[in-house]
Amino acid sequence: MRALTRGLLGVAGFLVVWELFGRSGLVPAEYLPPPTVVGVELVGLLGDEAFLRDVIATVLALLIAVGLSTGIAVPLGLVLGSVPAVRHATRAVVEFLRPIPSVALIPLAILLLGIGPEMKITLAVYAAVWPILFNTIYALDELDPLLVETARVFGTGRVRVLFSVALPSALPFVLTGVRLAATTCLVVLVSVELLAGGSRGLGQFIMDSHSGVGRMDLVLAGTVVAGVIGFLVNEGLERAQRRWVAWSSATGGRP
Amino acid sequence: MNRFAQRWLVFAGLVVAWELGTWFADDPFFPRPTVIADAARGLWLSGPVDQLYLSDAVFQHVLPSIGRLLGGWAIAAVIGVAIGVALGRSATAMQYAGPVLTFLRSVPPPALVPVFLLVFNVGTQMQLATIVFGVLWPILLNSVDGARSVDTTKYETSAVFRIPKAQWVLGVVLPAAAPKIFAGLRVSLSLSLVLMVVSELVGTDNGIGSQLLVAQREFDFPDMWAGIVLLGILGYALNTVLLAFERRALSWQPKRERTPATVED
Amino acid sequence: MTAMLSVAELGHTYQAKDGAHTAIADLSFEVGAGELVCVVGPSGCGKSTLLRTISGLIRPTRGEVSLHGDAVRGVPEDLAVVFQDYSRSLFPWLTVQKNVEFPLKRTLGRAQRRARAAEVLELVGLGKAARKYPWQLSGGMQQRVAIARALAYRPALLLMDEPFASVDAQTRFELEDLLLKVKEEHDTTVLVVTHDIDESVYLGDRILVLSGSPASVVADLRVDLPAPREQIATRESEAFVALRGEVARLLNVGKGAEELRARRKADERSARKWAEAERAEVSRAEAEDRAATS
Ligand SMILES: Nc1ncnc2c1ncn2[C@@H]1O[C@H](COP(=O)(O)OP(=O)(O)O)[C@@H](O)[C@H]1O
Ligand SMILES: [Mg+2]
Repeated sequence: MRALTRGLLGVAGFLVVWELFGRSGLVPAEYLPPPTVVGVELVGLLGDEAFLRDVIATVLALLIAVGLSTGIAVPLGLVLGSVPAVRHATRAVVEFLRPIPSVALIPLAILLLGIGPEMKITLAVYAAVWPILFNTIYALDELDPLLVETARVFGTGRVRVLFSVALPSALPFVLTGVRLAATTCLVVLVSVELLAGGSRGLGQFIMDSHSGVGRMDLVLAGTVVAGVIGFLVNEGLERAQRRWVAWSSATGGRP
Repeated sequence: MNRFAQRWLVFAGLVVAWELGTWFADDPFFPRPTVIADAARGLWLSGPVDQLYLSDAVFQHVLPSIGRLLGGWAIAAVIGVAIGVALGRSATAMQYAGPVLTFLRSVPPPALVPVFLLVFNVGTQMQLATIVFGVLWPILLNSVDGARSVDTTKYETSAVFRIPKAQWVLGVVLPAAAPKIFAGLRVSLSLSLVLMVVSELVGTDNGIGSQLLVAQREFDFPDMWAGIVLLGILGYALNTVLLAFERRALSWQPKRERTPATVED
Repeated sequence: MTAMLSVAELGHTYQAKDGAHTAIADLSFEVGAGELVCVVGPSGCGKSTLLRTISGLIRPTRGEVSLHGDAVRGVPEDLAVVFQDYSRSLFPWLTVQKNVEFPLKRTLGRAQRRARAAEVLELVGLGKAARKYPWQLSGGMQQRVAIARALAYRPALLLMDEPFASVDAQTRFELEDLLLKVKEEHDTTVLVVTHDIDESVYLGDRILVLSGSPASVVADLRVDLPAPREQIATRESEAFVALRGEVARLLNVGKGAEELRARRKADERSARKWAEAERAEVSRAEAEDRAATS
């Protein structure tokens, strides 16, 4: 209870500081509008159909990207994690591909795929595959050999072991990967919308408000909404993780 | 054959396959690796001998990019570790700051690029601000976790021997938090690379990112691919250096059971 | 003998989420300068809590502790503690040598620090392990590092919380004699918490027998065994055996069923500790083999 009040006080304090800073004249007020102004805009935006469509576009793209990257990374991770030979052989390739920032692929992706939603989803998937992949591999590494041996002693086949033993115990790690991937996806989607324009989305809205009409209050309102989406996604997945895999301490997440 | 040779052999094999594939396909979007390598040499390794063959583009674009990346990352590291460790040692302070931090962490950093553009104008300051804001949170939150992990007995031991404040912070809290701090630093180093590119795609006419953009506008595919490959190599190199440093700094740890950064974030 | 340490009507109640727990009911005693006092009592009766209040780490909820006549507020100068949880009290990122030097930074120069650490490590028989990290040592060896660190600090008052609990029997005898020797040489005042009756009789000038939880003083016994003490002869002497019997009876006096159960649990725990110590010795030998080959 005390923690909650303190948390709320902290948020209030943050808003007050922002308000005072915005009104202090240290930066021109139109550059950094105070929360009272942004708040009013935000309420207005929530009733604005075009804005809501932007938000929905981004959230939909986020869901699709997370789904796709999970669908790609988990099977791949299971293969790489359970067949060491393949994993070691592909290691150099993976280590080389992983650090390529997805935003660096924007120019290429625009030329190849145009500026439609496919393009931003593709880039988001490229970025989001890695955390899930590595967490899946890591999970198989952590797999208790005793568990596997027990299963095999009872005559369980390799594939059945994978599905009945390996997957369930890998689940918490995979979920951690998905959670991180979702955050990454959101960052990439907003970046691409912002930088490449074209397809509707929250990032596009922010960029339009900035360069078209110079309305920083709208920019900040959009940013707050992006933050709320990020928060809800992270929090939601963390809760899911805690509920579904409460038996595991290896959730790898921050409490 | 050892694993090392094996994995680079596979790598080389894939490059050869790529070469052959692109040679057969003959698609302008996908130039052959040799062509890309040639473009890279033309871009960055065509300078005079007294510049170690480095071309002017290296000094105008590549080095400033790396400078901003490392600068932003270092600033974020100093701020993040300092604030994170302080917050981690005070449960009360963390109760106040927790929700705000969680929210700020959730804001996709590129969304604030317009704000930074206005406040700092186009240029280095704005790019640094983008990088710092973007990579601060993983460092800060991991430092909080690390500083929290100092157990009661170590606190009491330090208190009983009345060790000075500086020794407490530098000799106990920081080393105890170091594994977590390094995890945060690793995550944020790759994030720095992303944000460096983002900030260069909007904010300047120099840097690897802006070179990429120029190549795209001129439909110069080999140059574009060369830029992408350079960023990959850069990311790999930075991560390798940080890992080597981390291994040294944490050599006291019983087993090197380093989990991937993604697990710890 | 002047009272160095005086504990007056001390009581402590922990406030936890699930209610309050009284660890110490009412304790009063004094310790003279240069005395070695052993505190015996069943596990969980509040001995560690007592040491925490004396060292100023926690403020007692009742009564007062004074050192040299001054009330203790915060950790006093010239005091060292060997914590029960020795493995956590060592810093894993420092070598054994650096761990011992750790508290000396404030007062000694580099060369002196090094010399002092080397000297005490030699004393506790860890001269060879100086450059190792704590996790490379067995439990018993780690405990000796913690003891060495406290000795290197040369405190006027040394508090020890079950300091010999996880060392093997032979090392234990050696360390007990070492403690007696150091105490004589530096005129250190020592308060040793233990649940080993024999040890308390062998070491102590006095024995404070505590009741079960919450702690109060059942008896304050003077140990009139001749000095210097000698592991075999002293332990075989009639006076020793008689005193040991008395302490044992005191610890059982007035015990209700509940306290009996607590004692049995404590005994089990110490049995487990011994088993652990044995295992630790084995793994220590292995670790040393590994270190030698690598
Ligand atoms: N920080 C604490 N909060 C609440 N209860 C505690 C705390 N520390 C110890 N206790 C309780 O106080 C009692 C005495 O503990 P302790 O002093 O450690 O006993 P001893 O050292 O004699 O084994 C125990 O029942 C223990 O559970
Ligand atoms: Mg105790």
